[in-house]
Amino acid sequence: MREPVPEKTFIGIPASDGIAIGPAFCYIPAELTIPVCAAGTVDEEMTRFDMACKRARVELQSLYEAIEKRAGKEEASIFEAHQEMLSDPALEGKVRAEVEIGETVEQALVKATKELASLLAGMDNELFAARALDVKDVGHRILRILLGLPDTALSAVTETSIIIAEDLTPSDTASLDPKLTLGFITAQGGLTSHSAILARTLGLPAIVGMGAGLLEKVPSGTSIILDGRTGEMIFAPGGETIARYKQIKAKRESHLLSLKAAVEKDAHTANGRRVEVTANVGEAASARDAMEHGAEGIGLLRTEFLYLEDTQPPSEEKQYHIYREIFAVMSGRPVIVRTLDIGGDKPPSYFPFPNEMNPFLGWRAIRISLDEPELFKTQLRAILRAAVGHHARIMFPMVSDLDELRRAREIVEVVKRGLEVASVEFAGDVPVGIMVETPAAAVLVDVLAEASDFFSLGTNDLTQYTMAVDRGNAKVSGLFQPLHPAVLRLIRQTIDAGHAKGKWVGMCGELAGMTKAIPILLGFGLDEFSMNPRAIPEAKYLIGKLTDEKARDIAGQAMSFGTAAEIETYMKGVLALL
Amino acid sequence: MAEATIQVKHKIGLHARPASLFVQTANKFSSKIKVRNLTAKVDFVDAKSIIMVLTLGVMKDHEVLIQTDGVDADTALGALTSLIKNNFGET
Repeated sequence: MREPVPEKTFIGIPASDGIAIGPAFCYIPAELTIPVCAAGTVDEEMTRFDMACKRARVELQSLYEAIEKRAGKEEASIFEAHQEMLSDPALEGKVRAEVEIGETVEQALVKATKELASLLAGMDNELFAARALDVKDVGHRILRILLGLPDTALSAVTETSIIIAEDLTPSDTASLDPKLTLGFITAQGGLTSHSAILARTLGLPAIVGMGAGLLEKVPSGTSIILDGRTGEMIFAPGGETIARYKQIKAKRESHLLSLKAAVEKDAHTANGRRVEVTANVGEAASARDAMEHGAEGIGLLRTEFLYLEDTQPPSEEKQYHIYREIFAVMSGRPVIVRTLDIGGDKPPSYFPFPNEMNPFLGWRAIRISLDEPELFKTQLRAILRAAVGHHARIMFPMVSDLDELRRAREIVEVVKRGLEVASVEFAGDVPVGIMVETPAAAVLVDVLAEASDFFSLGTNDLTQYTMAVDRGNAKVSGLFQPLHPAVLRLIRQTIDAGHAKGKWVGMCGELAGMTKAIPILLGFGLDEFSMNPRAIPEAKYLIGKLTDEKARDIAGQAMSFGTAAEIETYMKGVLALL
Repeated sequence: MAEATIQVKHKIGLHARPASLFVQTANKFSSKIKVRNLTAKVDFVDAKSIIMVLTLGVMKDHEVLIQTDGVDADTALGALTSLIKNNFGET
């Protein structure tokens, strides 16, 4: 009887979520051997080079089209870049130089590719250095064609397997047969390597950076488990381990199905109360991303990017077009536009900022807008004009006083009158509200309700100002606790006071997207949760599992604790049982 | 011969799409076009070569020097600087 191989676990970099169980297939790309023969004339050799490049272009175009269909334009664009490298004058120049001293075009190509790839590989920046693999990939493709060999990269895989390789080029990853590939593990590569990115887009579990010697450790045909969540590869797993992972895998897959179902529907609690789940967004591209993740609107549109990217403030027209584009992407869903929220910690280049001892307690956000009414009016005009036919709202940041709010609203009215006089079309009924992010505003919600159509809690600043702690200061950042009872009390008070005045209360701070906080906030009666788009599916799913009554119980229990740590421990227990 | 110094503001620098657009634009002209990274002190390379442009390692806020030489030198320089100035057509 043979000794059973002992189970062993290896750890690499988790690159793409998911679990795969199956036999390993070691992929060793065939070394292309160049036959030794005399070179033809320079013209003959270079003609062969041109012909091979033409052929490579055709192959790359069909790869581009195949990947575009499977994963989209962005993922496919790498093969556009490869086509550009084919016509790179530096590559052609180096090949020609070698051919001119008597090398065959094959030898010349190998030298040229190696030289150019090593220029890139030696760069400090990982993103640039990673492009060396693309140069090698392109060089390999041309050489293969020159040698008259077919594109067989991974066609030797004939049964469903987990691919094990030293590294996978974009061409390799693209030619993986999705029906036969359970996942892949590579010895090299990092999280930003093309194969890792493509694996995530295709939903293929993957581990990269397993380290040298991977292929010797795992011969083809060995049974392995790939855990893309942790980066663990289990070699020759025992029956018990396999059963355990099969269970995790099944549970995960059914959870993914529930998440997918949750994304497609508007969020409701288990007893049917409608709760809005929306996205925090900073540019048009992420609005599209938000829609894909199931956002029911934008709960916070940051507009700072418009002001920080240029050497002058953005014109009304520029802003108008960008807001319109974002409103159009959201197609009728509500969008809350937060007016300019900058401060001395990150000043735009064109704006003279006073030297402040403490920019977070200084001249920022609405305080700037009130002092620089022209800058403010330009933005308000652009928003009001863009809002025609859309469901937009305006929100002021950092309000801490009723007088500030009254003055800001008065400026909105002045802008509206100006647009009317000039006969410019605008939306007259855009609701105007404030962010509740200073303790002053949280305490004064009943008073501020006089001039605010809605409220949205900004928990990052609210936590910072309540706890009097700078989260960027490592010495004290441990006190930055959004689940601190003091912060939670202010949140509950804000929601209660807003509701007592008949106002809608949402939240656009990080807390709104944290699963450990959602049951408590739901129990407080929060109307809207606005978060990073990626957190939306899980949040919608969680809300759908809770009744309001259950959420109120959880919130009540959580509020009985005296420290954030106790609340966190309690919530961990609650989530484990859900 | 014409030349200009300009700062690249794009968040990924001269990499991926911006690098492609830069090289594609350079290839529209017959002039010889060279570019160097002043910030990282990398010497001139052929602006029509995608691989060589990548070796400049131009990241956000780096300054590049572009030199054009030929019949359409001024137009080429104008096209390349406005491409960078307009942030490669992204807002």
